[in-house]
Amino acid sequence: MRPMVYLKDVVTLTHIPELCSGCGICLSVCPREVLQRLNGKVRIARRDACIECGACQRNCPHGAVTVKAGVGCASALINQMLGRKKACCVVGD
Amino acid sequence: MRPPRLDQPFVTGVIKTAAGPVPRVSKVFSGTDRIGAFKVRWGIRRTRYRVDAGLYAIGEPTAESPVFVTANYKLTFDLLRRAIASIDGWILVLDTLGINVWCAAGKGTFGTDELVERIEASRLAGIVNHRKLILPQLGGPGVAGHEVKRRSGFQVVYGPVEAEEIPLFLEKGLKANERMRRKDFGFMERLALVPMEVVPAVRLGLPVAAGLFALCFLLGGLSLSRALECFAVPAGAIGTSILAGTVLTPVLLPWLPGRAFSVKGLVTGILSALLLIPLVRGSGVLETAFLLVSIPAMSAYLAMNFTGSSTFTSLSGVKKEMRFALPLEIGGVGAGLLMWIIALLGG
Repeated sequence: MRPMVYLKDVVTLTHIPELCSGCGICLSVCPREVLQRLNGKVRIARRDACIECGACQRNCPHGAVTVKAGVGCASALINQMLGRKKACCVVGD
Repeated sequence: MRPPRLDQPFVTGVIKTAAGPVPRVSKVFSGTDRIGAFKVRWGIRRTRYRVDAGLYAIGEPTAESPVFVTANYKLTFDLLRRAIASIDGWILVLDTLGINVWCAAGKGTFGTDELVERIEASRLAGIVNHRKLILPQLGGPGVAGHEVKRRSGFQVVYGPVEAEEIPLFLEKGLKANERMRRKDFGFMERLALVPMEVVPAVRLGLPVAAGLFALCFLLGGLSLSRALECFAVPAGAIGTSILAGTVLTPVLLPWLPGRAFSVKGLVTGILSALLLIPLVRGSGVLETAFLLVSIPAMSAYLAMNFTGSSTFTSLSGVKKEMRFALPLEIGGVGAGLLMWIIALLGG
């Protein structure tokens, strides 16, 4: 079965080719096959599959991938709205 | 940072190393481990299901053996222990406050600082000759491999998403294929998450149900039999919503229409309400409308909360979904409640 994909055109992922060394660590940490190597160059292939986990950004030594990382969890957002700081799921910032 | 205790039930002995004694873990997945896993799936003592952080041995590891890094949630630790039962190795457990690798990485507790400090505290550099650590791929959001290398001298190698793939990953010379790198969300995995959706929903539903029963009792002339009769409809609505939003939606997820989880929950909610209505005897128009509006609204809300347990949602997406869905869900429940009260007072 095809992997499930969430909402279209919402994610904040960007790849900056000028900073990219092509090391490919981002390809290894992405659990959603969002990035792809084409003719030796890394590019975003499946943008809507991105879950903004931030693994690519965290592991890129050159700052070539950026994303506003977070966890796609409604309960965490509701806990934040209700000011429940001690709940196990709360969105930071 | 204290070394892990030797009196933990899964520790079967001690291995002597250049850096002191290291506890050896059992390769057997015992009855106690199974019961513990079952309980946490139902939310019982879940946040206290932990192992001590620090270095452990499995099998007969030497200075050349691989080092696996994991979280101190015991369910996670046991998954790794089972997956590598055939391997002689070292297990470095990070203190993630009893949270699994992926969630802890998202919060940063499965992170660069904790890893670097744990390497030092366990004196790993004096125990192994090589300088490689195998991390679960889903630790990636918290750990910057290049920083770990710079600060500790150890190279981070991201292993497969699923621990069961580790033996194959080692066989292939620390190379993961596309399947090992992809996080799926299969039927059995979704089913295993259902109890942790049901339990909080029931906890939320019980006080609401109690309040509605009290209302039935007061407005029904303080008669218990009349109160029970009147209470049957809202009780049925709450129960059906929980079934639709926390059981049917997760289980049927890939086959339900819509991308937003609220839409999927709305669909299971409407279908469930349509099945329930013929069962409610002698209900008036208002009561039928109450069921048709409130059940889909509650089901959509509960389904929306499954985004956090799923493996393919993003924060930007969930924010967008909540902006349109939450007002409708609250409005639907409110409108339903109003109709029910009008029916109650009128009847």
